[in-house]
Amino acid sequence: MKPFAYVRAGSVAEAARLLGKGSAALAGGTDLIGLMKGGLAAPARLVDLTGIDGLRGWTRERGAGLRIGALTPLVELEESEGLARHLPIVREALADAATLQLRVMGTLGGNLLQRNRCWYFRDQAVPCWLKGGTRCFAVDGENAHHAIVGTDGGCNRVSPSDLAPALIAHDARVSLASARAARTIPLAELFTDPALHRREEHTIRPGEIVTQVVIPDSALQRRGTYVKAMDRKAWSFALVSVAAAARVRDGKLRDTRIVLGGVAPVPWRVEAAEREVDGQPYSDAVAARAADVLLADAHPLKDNGYKIPLAKELVRRALARLAAA
Amino acid sequence: MPRATPVLGPAAVDVTLDVNGHARAIHIRPQRTLLDALREDLGLMGAKKVCDEGTCGACTVLVDGRPVYACMTLAVATAGRAVETVEGLAHDGGLHPVQEAFIAHDAFQCGFCTPGQIMSVVALLRARPDVTADDVKRAVTGNLCRCGAYPNIVAAALAAAKRKK
Repeated sequence: MKPFAYVRAGSVAEAARLLGKGSAALAGGTDLIGLMKGGLAAPARLVDLTGIDGLRGWTRERGAGLRIGALTPLVELEESEGLARHLPIVREALADAATLQLRVMGTLGGNLLQRNRCWYFRDQAVPCWLKGGTRCFAVDGENAHHAIVGTDGGCNRVSPSDLAPALIAHDARVSLASARAARTIPLAELFTDPALHRREEHTIRPGEIVTQVVIPDSALQRRGTYVKAMDRKAWSFALVSVAAAARVRDGKLRDTRIVLGGVAPVPWRVEAAEREVDGQPYSDAVAARAADVLLADAHPLKDNGYKIPLAKELVRRALARLAAA
Repeated sequence: MPRATPVLGPAAVDVTLDVNGHARAIHIRPQRTLLDALREDLGLMGAKKVCDEGTCGACTVLVDGRPVYACMTLAVATAGRAVETVEGLAHDGGLHPVQEAFIAHDAFQCGFCTPGQIMSVVALLRARPDVTADDVKRAVTGNLCRCGAYPNIVAAALAAAKRKK
């Protein structure tokens, strides 16, 4: 790691003021410290956010939705019985996320902002496109873990977060604050649309920090579930994950959301797929049609074609679980 | 007026850590990890440096009672928080019940992952004395053992839990 200055911010305003050019915000550090050790980040100043009061924990107020502070450690989200009653998908999504140590250290905001795990990206010596190079080395390299859809001929990374698909399936919005302004956007828009060919994964701007995630009241009416396939039983990123949520009555799903992790550079949602499910009596055939629409544009690479049948089966399992509940 | 927050470094700064109940003053640059501070500055060699990238768990210590990877934690960021290492477990010349259980159940071969495994089990049993084998497996998911001593680690943890009850 290159030398840097360290400062602990006492408030959002102070953090925003301290986050000048060349600075990076530090929360759990589980990704940032790794990027710095690997030579992929070299901030001159780290602004530690973990001492900021008011960005930790969650509240539920009718009319204001469910608000979760960005600095809430993942383990607190996982262990909270109250949160599990309002939004059980969070506990499901965290059950197989990383390890206890990383869930103790990691925060909600950090989980959403973690950078991708492509081994070409993570290798400092490889000048891949995302790091300013000329090409993707995964497209004709070792690509078993890479994207099958949504790459638009560009970066073949996959979105690694377990929480992002789960929260997007509940219409989450994310609040960001800088020294100048605060804004709240749909969580899906925190992730850079690969079609825009921007060499970044997130739309957060320099000097901004994530302050909270908000789930609207309407989305709390949905039941949600999260299923994840890994290449071993524990301590692994998703090969494919599926977050699904819907209002369920008489075996019919309405207001359905289906969001996939591990298949595209961003959490992958296709609204037309959800319309295949809405209002229909659930059947495996309905789930198969939804999955077909989700993956209609899939173009697998040499080693990752397995993700197509895997994703289809996980969509089926997730929707069947919702319908049966 | 809120008081201005001091910016530390990039040159070395004085930091006081609370390690195993003792205040320990060290002089380090902000990029010093908690693991390097424990091993190099404080001579506490229990937490091991293996992957140094938050993957293997050999560096597991407790911060405010919860297990963390010391290799991915900045020492300056732990000032004011309680750090516990395997060296702090024994009292009055007697081993901690979890340490005794690891010996009794032969819960290690090479021993390199053992301090981390023990810290993870200690944290688990403090929080929940009543544990199942699945609880133990989940608690040590982030502690890799290349010798494959897992069945004995689980047995040791369950025995320590039983003794504690």
